[in-house]
Amino acid sequence: MIYSLILQVATRLLIPLLLVFSVFMLLRGHSHPGGGFVGGLIAGSAFVLYAFSRGVGAARQVLRFEPQTLLGVGLACALGSGILALIQGEAFLTGLWADLYLPGGIHLYLGSTLIFDIGVFLVVIGTVVLMMFSVEERGPAVIPSRRNDTS
Amino acid sequence: MDLLLILPLAIPLGTAVLTLLLRSVPGVQRLTSVLGAVALLGASGTLLWRVATDGIRAAQMGGWPAPFGITLVADPLSAGLLGMTAFVAVAVAVYALAGMDEARQRFGFHPLFHLLLMGVNGAFITGDMFNLYVWFEVLLIASFVLLVLGNERRQLDGAVKYVGINLVSSIIFLAAVGLLYGHTGTLNMADASGRIAELRGSGVEATLATLFIMAFGIKAALFPLFFWLPAAYHTPPAPVAAVFAGLLTKVGIYSLIRVFSLLFPDPTGYTRTVLLVIAAGTMVVGVMGAMVQRNVHRLLAFLVISAMGYILMGLGFFTTLGLVGAVFYILQDVPVKTTLFLIGGMMERDTGTARLGEMGGLYQYRPVLAAAFMVPAFSLAGFPPFPGFWGKLTLVQAGLEAEQFTIVAVALIVGLFTLLVVAQIWSRAFWRPATEDDVQASGSTSQRWALNGPIVALAVVLLAIGLYAQPLYGLAEQAAANLVDTQAYVDAVLGPSAGA
Amino acid sequence: MEALLAIVSGILFACSFYLMMRRNLLRFVIGLIILGNAANLLIFTMGRLTRDHPPVIPYGAELPIEPYANPLPQALILTAIVISFGLLVFALVLVFRNYLTTNTLDADTLDAAEPDEPLDVHTETRRLPA
Repeated sequence: MIYSLILQVATRLLIPLLLVFSVFMLLRGHSHPGGGFVGGLIAGSAFVLYAFSRGVGAARQVLRFEPQTLLGVGLACALGSGILALIQGEAFLTGLWADLYLPGGIHLYLGSTLIFDIGVFLVVIGTVVLMMFSVEERGPAVIPSRRNDTS
Repeated sequence: MDLLLILPLAIPLGTAVLTLLLRSVPGVQRLTSVLGAVALLGASGTLLWRVATDGIRAAQMGGWPAPFGITLVADPLSAGLLGMTAFVAVAVAVYALAGMDEARQRFGFHPLFHLLLMGVNGAFITGDMFNLYVWFEVLLIASFVLLVLGNERRQLDGAVKYVGINLVSSIIFLAAVGLLYGHTGTLNMADASGRIAELRGSGVEATLATLFIMAFGIKAALFPLFFWLPAAYHTPPAPVAAVFAGLLTKVGIYSLIRVFSLLFPDPTGYTRTVLLVIAAGTMVVGVMGAMVQRNVHRLLAFLVISAMGYILMGLGFFTTLGLVGAVFYILQDVPVKTTLFLIGGMMERDTGTARLGEMGGLYQYRPVLAAAFMVPAFSLAGFPPFPGFWGKLTLVQAGLEAEQFTIVAVALIVGLFTLLVVAQIWSRAFWRPATEDDVQASGSTSQRWALNGPIVALAVVLLAIGLYAQPLYGLAEQAAANLVDTQAYVDAVLGPSAGA
Repeated sequence: MEALLAIVSGILFACSFYLMMRRNLLRFVIGLIILGNAANLLIFTMGRLTRDHPPVIPYGAELPIEPYANPLPQALILTAIVISFGLLVFALVLVFRNYLTTNTLDADTLDAAEPDEPLDVHTETRRLPA
């Protein structure tokens, strides 16, 4: 399989941009339009671009984690953010907020919704990449049909 | 804050996450899967017990008060279904250890199975229209992947039909939810039941009712929207088919009962005739389809459809007794269908064929399986002392009380035909003398325990329900009382002041 | 404006049903995509249309500036879009996989799961004991 040189050069520039932008969108979703879903789509499209320009095998190496692991960790984040509220004695999934004044005049206003959003971010990347890989690789090993297939 | 209402959702999600992350260590993954199902049974069982003794419980998600936030509500119907779901979940989780091939277990059966359970539980427990849509989609996506897991050609073929029609049904439901919101300004089911009174008799009400019947009718495989079910349910391996047959159609019919009792509690209108005609069609088509099938899995798939007709008939009467019958029938039908499909899987495994005409000797060589088959099969046919008998008896009584003699006659005749179908399986696969290649020895002792154990446990519980039906019947009576007079439900969700 | 959107939504529904009744599976999936959008537009219209301000609370304020658009239908549509994104991707992959095994997109050839079964009377009479 020959991959386009133009696409390879262009993706080398585009992918860091897309990944940084995806994190920006994720954090911006805190109090503005944006959020985990959009961020996840952007990050997912970066890996899809990489797979287009270098092949799925290379994209798997770059991703480091299997997409299923991303899905698992993402769902765990979402569940964790809900349980965090339960531990505090609030209703399930209640947003908890903390004002942090760090040295150097940095003011951070953090909420447990951010953990949920990071979970969404990871789940969306996992889904996009998993679907993409399964189309490109023609899926996991096909199990031979059971006996009596026509019945 | 009511932890008990969260657990039926949090436990399957937690188990799904753990089994997904532990997929490289199969032994631990499978243990987690079974333990997760057992924990779910503990949580759902406790919830059922508390609801049966203390009445309806509700919880508001994220601290947003109803009707603005999402409410979780457990009334006797929801809690009973949650309990039954958890019960069959344990049985299927154990059966899958030996009844599911290695490759499918490795490629995600366990996480998807628990995700499916979360979707089913969520649909049973939510009190919000849009949230119900979301849970439908959760259980749909899990069921889609479970259905094609393994990529056999006929699985893909069945899945195309299943996926296509179910997506259409979801979007019809979504459109109905949008219309309901536009005309009542609320998505909370209890709140909407109060506000929809203004629309009584208008065209909007008829449109909404039709859209809901269409959307849930497809999910519940009602006549004439059932074609996808026998096209798909026989293609996946037995544990997947068993959990589909036991739970997925029940979610559809449960939603229909919930929505009609809250939004369209109209006992005399023409909707009743429509529901009864659909019920009769569903019963007849199901049993007629089953009679001509030569493949045991396809035959069982048609019997799933037939049972839906009985439940809908109870809703169609919309009397207290009719609803008692419907609720009792739906509760006992969950383990009945699961057991039948698990046994169907065993029949294919032991004889090496799914064709009834080529089976034989099961009674001689697999007496335990044969004894276990008797219970769900004759329960389905409505024989005393099996639980199906009590369900049908109540439904027939309700029909006579409501003076709907035609549908009662149809139900009784369909019962006879069901007996014929069941007797056909019995006389072919079990009673016919074996030829030398009929029954194959398969699996180690521990495998046979994992396969037979859940089937026997399900059969024993079903027999116990049949012999001592009062607890479940009492629960069905409680549930029916709450469905006819929804004030308790509304009060539990919105607070007692809203009713005044 | 509501009337116009209602008509557009109706046209979209009609187009999608037409496409879904074709025998080509790819057209069926395209029909599903349009159907989803038609339902979303319906929800949007049902939430009543308001001009002026987005339902976003300015920094330091307690309420958004009146009159503002109804945020609930937008939230519903956003959720529905996210869900249908996942389901439609799955449907596309499924149709593609099915195409790889059968080499056709014709819905009429989908009979691997439900072949025409003979009543196999022959096998049965042979095997029944005399």
